[in-house]
Amino acid sequence: MGLNDSHILALRASKNLIKSNAEADSLPAVPAELYEHLADHCTHYANRRVGLIWVMQRLQAYYGGWLPNRAIGEASEIVGVAKPEVEGVATFFNWFFREPVGRKVIVVCDSISCYLGGCDKNLEHLESRLGIQLGETTPDGEYTLLPVVCLGNCDKAPCMMVGDDLHSNITPEELDKLFVSNSKAVLKSGEAVK
Amino acid sequence: MAEVKVLTKNFDLQNPGDPVFIDRYQSNGGYDGFRKAIKMTPAEAQQFVKDSGLRGRGGAGFPTGMKWSFVPMDDFKGQKYLVCNCDEMEPGTFKDRALIQNDPHQLIEGMLIAAYAMQMTKGFIFVRLEYRYGSSILDKAIAEAEAKNLLGKNILGSGFDFHLETHLSAGRYICGEETALLNALEGKRANPRSKPPFPQIRGFLGQPTIVNNVETFSNLPHIFANGIDWYKGLGLTGNAGTKIMGASGRLKNPGLWELPLGTTIREIMEDYAGGPSGAPWKCIIPGGLSTPLMLPDQFDCPMDYDTVAKEGSRMGTAGIIAFDESDCMVAATANIMKFYARESCGFCTPCREGIPWIYETVKAISEGRGIESDMTVLDEMSKHILHTFCAFAPGAQGPLLSAITKFRHEFDAKIQASGSHNSPAAQPTEMAEV
Repeated sequence: MGLNDSHILALRASKNLIKSNAEADSLPAVPAELYEHLADHCTHYANRRVGLIWVMQRLQAYYGGWLPNRAIGEASEIVGVAKPEVEGVATFFNWFFREPVGRKVIVVCDSISCYLGGCDKNLEHLESRLGIQLGETTPDGEYTLLPVVCLGNCDKAPCMMVGDDLHSNITPEELDKLFVSNSKAVLKSGEAVK
Repeated sequence: MAEVKVLTKNFDLQNPGDPVFIDRYQSNGGYDGFRKAIKMTPAEAQQFVKDSGLRGRGGAGFPTGMKWSFVPMDDFKGQKYLVCNCDEMEPGTFKDRALIQNDPHQLIEGMLIAAYAMQMTKGFIFVRLEYRYGSSILDKAIAEAEAKNLLGKNILGSGFDFHLETHLSAGRYICGEETALLNALEGKRANPRSKPPFPQIRGFLGQPTIVNNVETFSNLPHIFANGIDWYKGLGLTGNAGTKIMGASGRLKNPGLWELPLGTTIREIMEDYAGGPSGAPWKCIIPGGLSTPLMLPDQFDCPMDYDTVAKEGSRMGTAGIIAFDESDCMVAATANIMKFYARESCGFCTPCREGIPWIYETVKAISEGRGIESDMTVLDEMSKHILHTFCAFAPGAQGPLLSAITKFRHEFDAKIQASGSHNSPAAQPTEMAEV
């Protein structure tokens, strides 16, 4: 029934990265089938607002990983919640992005067990490898690098996630194998999240 | 003391295989506990949980049956909700990941029992986004349970309905605080709510709601299948049941083990985690980041709620983090405070402004920029941050206060080694860049 995430990816607003709000504004309206799918979901709850985060997550996927200004308006309209409230939610949770991000978001855990395992050294290595600092995106739009709190994988510290994949026992050597070069930052097959 | 297979009877924590889905789960006694529960009245089932001595496994250790007893029962006809807290983000804690990825039906059965006991017909499993693989396992298990009429309407002909779904969160540590979690579930910013009213009276959408941890629910099928006496007999020191104990940090063999409550810290660290990985141990954080430090002369303390509390700390989530002599406790405290500074939800001023100030001060000392009065700042701020709404800032105080008390000499030495020309660490005027 309805759309699943792969459908949303197939429908997404643009095959290329959307680099600005202006660019997002120039795109056509959200397809009716997606709009209805999102609106339908909210009817399952005693209060439509319960569906807000679910809707925003799917709009974020539709816009290629971030929420441009227009998505705040669309979520507001679909769920029936005022725009400032949607903005409040979008800026509270760390997995909503109000600026463009790369195709994959890398999150490096820097909580205590990973700190003991040497995450600072790994992060430094990764920054130089990718040619970016924490909070930045590679020029080719492939990766955005962010810190994250404990990933719940502490016996295999230090760890990080690249997109959906969890990587354990990270070392600088391991990072060199994962990220082949700065300009063509290609991730070799990462281990499945397990 | 050997490992005890109760919550882990269907899988191996060290070498997890494929997730246990419905056929394997049912062939090994799965849903028998629920079948026993629905032969009782809801009041009897609640009393059963109370008598079992089960305490919350999410960190606070509140007696589960007592928590449930505040939910309005017969005279209340409105909607009530059951919520599972799978927002596991407490640094050093990684047990719920293992439970949902390996044995999803155990959690579902536990929630079914709880839902029946409190006559709740709707439930959510609140899962942090980083556990989306685990959430997909739960989704599959929920679909299986629905197909077998173990979820949905008139479950097994009992007349009881229970609808269960997963909610993938959008992040932030504070969502693990139960009232913040409820706000997040309602599509709001996850600021904690003022209590009272407690969620049992006014929770999700203003309706009576119970929030319990994954591991708490996962105990219930076994309590109902095997009985109270058996369950109480599992603990070694008067606290009932087993606990998924974890250990990470300076250890040869970090990992997770299911052990009787009351197994000593030393046994966990030496017999299971293989002893120190290098230098001798300096201290541990016993139960997830928000619990006060313990020193090696306290390692014979049994890991249970009451004894660890008597030792001035808390068992918390039983995720031990071990430090050794090579670790500078000032630098480690800076890392710990960075975590709290970043994750404060920002609602209460002492927490939003105070913890970043503490972080800046500890960082300055750690980097050789400390001055004498910094210790006064830390002493005072560690008390000011308690004037807040929820348990977040008191959680931050645990490791901070114990570090500046037990490792005062390391802070003092750092400050003495610093030049006298230093000026105080600036109190951040905005959220620190952490």
